[in-house]
Amino acid sequence: MSDLDVTLINPFINATINVLETMAFVTVSAGKPYLKKDNIAVGDVTGVLGLTGVAQGTIAVTFEEQCILTVVSNMFGEKIDGLNEDIADAVGELTNMISGQARRELDEMGKVFKAAIPSVITGKKHTIRHYGNGPKIAIPFQIDGGKFTIEVCFER
Amino acid sequence: MGFNPIKKENVAMDTSIKILIVDDFATMRRILKNILKQLGFKNLVEADDGTTAWDLLENQKIDLIISDWNMPKMTGLELLKKVRASDQYKKAPFLMVTAEAQKQNVIEAVQAGVSNYVVKPFTAEAISDKLKKILK
Repeated sequence: MSDLDVTLINPFINATINVLETMAFVTVSAGKPYLKKDNIAVGDVTGVLGLTGVAQGTIAVTFEEQCILTVVSNMFGEKIDGLNEDIADAVGELTNMISGQARRELDEMGKVFKAAIPSVITGKKHTIRHYGNGPKIAIPFQIDGGKFTIEVCFER
Repeated sequence: MGFNPIKKENVAMDTSIKILIVDDFATMRRILKNILKQLGFKNLVEADDGTTAWDLLENQKIDLIISDWNMPKMTGLELLKKVRASDQYKKAPFLMVTAEAQKQNVIEAVQAGVSNYVVKPFTAEAISDKLKKILK
């Protein structure tokens, strides 16, 4: 993580915790960030969103199946049983909200970003393609219902 | 689990009005519908982008618009400007519910005539409070 600008990463951690706790009523704990070497998702469903502005990059939010079922069931107030279109849509919106919250914090630091509309990928061991050639920083999170990870990648 | 119940004593609004919910994510439309139903609103219609919303506005009388900002085809800001330029809806309550929370976004929305602004993520109480303010 030698050339990582943590001021670009911390807002995404704060935003992730805020969004999940507010919209899905779960307690979120963040693990230790690490440098991700490959493009294989650690989760089963991933939202990916491109960012442009003072730097160009992508964020990805990837959930293990049981984790996202817990999150979306809480958001809707009804039990959701399997990965379906509702789950994919919810992951897109969660990614969108995390991006928005993080960009708000970055904006207050004078770093203005714009975001694209997120795309969602579902399936075991799918590939996450980040924009640019910068380091891919992964931050694991834990809730009662499972694990999820965000990846942040900005061009060098 | 869902959103926490909203205290009924806090809700004193005309719940017979027709509300249009505009968001490209079905998830957000569903969450907003759940909250609005909990508040007693039953007359709800929805659209997944500004263009579809405008078609609905032209073809039926809508009393309140709740719209996302960042959507394909026509954004919430473009929809707001179109609404404010129309004779029928120039004074209609328009609540922006969006993840776009940068200062410049809020300024643009206010300049375009938004009635109020809720930043995602939100609580049910935040939606209830903003609705009470704009439906006074």
